[in-house]
Amino acid sequence: MTGTPLAELRGAGKSYGTVRALHGVDLAVHPGRVTCVLGDNGAGKSTLIKIISGLHQHTEGTYLVDGAPVRFTTPREALDRGIAAVYQDLATVPLMPVWRNFFLGSELTKGPWPVRRLDIARMKRTADAELRAMGIALDDLEQPVGTLSGGQRQCVAIARAVHFGARVLILDEPTAALGVKQSGVVLKYVAAARERGLGVVLITHNPHHAHLVGDHFTVLRLGTVELSAARADITLAELTDHMAGGTELDALKHELAQSGGIGPAAPPDASPREGHT
Amino acid sequence: MTSGVPRAVTAAPAAGPGRARRPLAQRLLARPETGVLLGAVAVLVFFLIAAPSVRQGGSMATVLYQSSTLGIMALPVALLMIGGEFDLSAGVAVVTSALTASMLSYQLTVNVWTGVLVALAVSLAVGAFNGWLLVRTRLPSFLVTLGTFLILQGVNLAVTKLVTGNVATDDISDMDGFGQAEALFASSFGVGGVQVRITVVWWLVFAALATWVLLRTRYGNWVFAVGGDQESARAVGVPVTFTKISLFTLVGFGAWFTGMHQLFSFNTVQSGEGVGQELIYIAAAVIGGCLLTGGQGSAIGPVFGAFMFGMVNQGIVYAGWNPDWFKAFLGVMLLGAVLVDLWVRRTAARR
Repeated sequence: MTGTPLAELRGAGKSYGTVRALHGVDLAVHPGRVTCVLGDNGAGKSTLIKIISGLHQHTEGTYLVDGAPVRFTTPREALDRGIAAVYQDLATVPLMPVWRNFFLGSELTKGPWPVRRLDIARMKRTADAELRAMGIALDDLEQPVGTLSGGQRQCVAIARAVHFGARVLILDEPTAALGVKQSGVVLKYVAAARERGLGVVLITHNPHHAHLVGDHFTVLRLGTVELSAARADITLAELTDHMAGGTELDALKHELAQSGGIGPAAPPDASPREGHT
Repeated sequence: MTSGVPRAVTAAPAAGPGRARRPLAQRLLARPETGVLLGAVAVLVFFLIAAPSVRQGGSMATVLYQSSTLGIMALPVALLMIGGEFDLSAGVAVVTSALTASMLSYQLTVNVWTGVLVALAVSLAVGAFNGWLLVRTRLPSFLVTLGTFLILQGVNLAVTKLVTGNVATDDISDMDGFGQAEALFASSFGVGGVQVRITVVWWLVFAALATWVLLRTRYGNWVFAVGGDQESARAVGVPVTFTKISLFTLVGFGAWFTGMHQLFSFNTVQSGEGVGQELIYIAAAVIGGCLLTGGQGSAIGPVFGAFMFGMVNQGIVYAGWNPDWFKAFLGVMLLGAVLVDLWVRRTAARR
C-alpha cells in the first residue's frame, strides 16, 4: 500500500468527440495487489483499460507510471514500461500455434540481419517451461490456440504477459465467457500473478469473482468512480449492491413489485379471444 | 505456483511431451498446401496420359514458363491474402509498370534501366498507396483496390494514347541497356537441350525466399498475425500498419517484376491488358490453400496453384482440345480446391 504505485491515474478522463466516456477517475496499482474495476456495461471499464494499456490516450487528468507522468501512443510503449493487457477476446490469434502466439510481437531471433531468423527451438522451450510454471501442460505446442479452451487461452495470454516482464497486468473480463470451473482456473492464475509481485488490474462485472481475489475495489458508473474501497472496508453484499447500482436497484425492485400488481389485469385482455371459440 | 518454482526442472522434461503428438498423416493433412500438391499431381498425371506431347521436355518447359509468369505475381498476392487483404489492382498494376518503363525510356531516349528503376518506384508507390489508404480509412481492401484498379486501368489507356498516339507503346528493343535488362527479366537458358525461361528460376527463388520469410522470420509471424486477428496482433505489439502497407508494397514489387518481364519479352506493351489477371492471381493463391479471410496459407501452395493453371492452360492445347474450355476448367479447379480444402480442414480439426 505504501510507496509509489506502479501505475496511477489522477482525475483521468477520456472524451470521444463530444461524448465523455470517462471522467475524474483515480486509480492506483500497487505491486503484489489486485485492484478490481467493476461496473455495468458502458460504465467506462473498457475505456479505462485502453488508457492504461496505451491503446487510447486520456484527454484529461494525468497518468503516472512509477510516479512520472506518461502518455502512451501505442500498446508497445506501455509494454516496454511493463504494463501488459490481456483482453477477453483479443488475447490470441486463433489460427496460430501456441508457441507463436506466446512470442507474438516479441519473437526471439538469432543470426545477423539479412538472415536474422526466429529461434524456434528456444521459443518452444521457453513457452513450454513458462506454461508449465503456470500449471498448464500442453501435448503439442504446434496446435493452434483456437483449439484450446477459453480458460486455457486466457492462461496462455497471462503466462505470456508474466514472462515478458509485466509489472502491471490488466485483465479484461477474464472470466466473462467462462464456466464456473474455467473461471476458477483463471482466478487461480490471477492469485499466482499477485504472489509473483505483479500489480493486477482485474476488470469484471462479477462482484463474486472480484471479491475472491481483490485487494481494492473501484466501481465505475456512467464514466465516473462510484465507489473506491479497500477489501477491509467492504463486504461482498455491499459490493454487489454498489455494483448493481444501489438506489437504482431499489427503484427496480419497487417497479417489479408494481408490475406484479398489474398481473391480475391480464385475464380480461385474453377474454375476447375466448369469445371466438 | 509462485516464482519459487525452479524453472530448470520443468524445462528439462518439457521437450518430451507426455502424450503422443498427432500422427504424421494428420499433421500433413493440416498443412494448407497438401491439398493443392495432390491436385497438381493429379492434373499433371491426367495430362501426361491425355496428351502424349506433354511428356517431352520442351512442353514441360513451356508449362513451367506459363506457370511462372503468373506464379511470380501469385506469391505476393498470397502473402497479402494471408495478411488478411487482397488487391484487385494487381493485374493492371503489372501493365502500369511496363508502360512506365517503356514510355519513359523511349520518350526521353534514356537507357532502359532508368525506365526500369522509375517503374519500380511507381509500382512500389502504387502498392504503398493502396496499403496506406486501407490503413487510414479502414475501408475493406475490396473497395480501396477496386478504386485503384479502375484508376490504373483508365490511366494506362489514356496516358498511353496521349503520349504515343496509339494503344501500344513503341518498340524499345534497340535502346541502350535492353540486352542487359532482357537477360535479367526475359532470357532463357538450355538445360539438357531444353530451353528454360529465366522466370522459372526467379519464380522458384522468390517462392523459397517467401517460404523462409513466412515461417522463419518475425515478419512472417506478423503476416499470419495481422491476417488471423488484427486487433489481437496490435494489442501484443505487432506493427500492424507497417505489416499491411509493406505487404501491399510487396505486391507492387511483384507487379514491377512481372511488368518488366512482359516488356522485355515482347518489346512493346498493350495498354489495355492486365484486366482480369488479378482474379487469376487470387484464384492461384486460394487454390494454393491460402484462406481468403487471412491468417492461413503458405508460399509453396500458390506455386502448385500456379502450376495447375499453367498445366491446364498448356495441357488443353497439347491435348488438341478447344482452348475455349480453359476458363471452365479453371472454375472447376477453383471450386474443387476450395471443397477439398474445406474437407481437409474438417478432417484435420477432428483430433
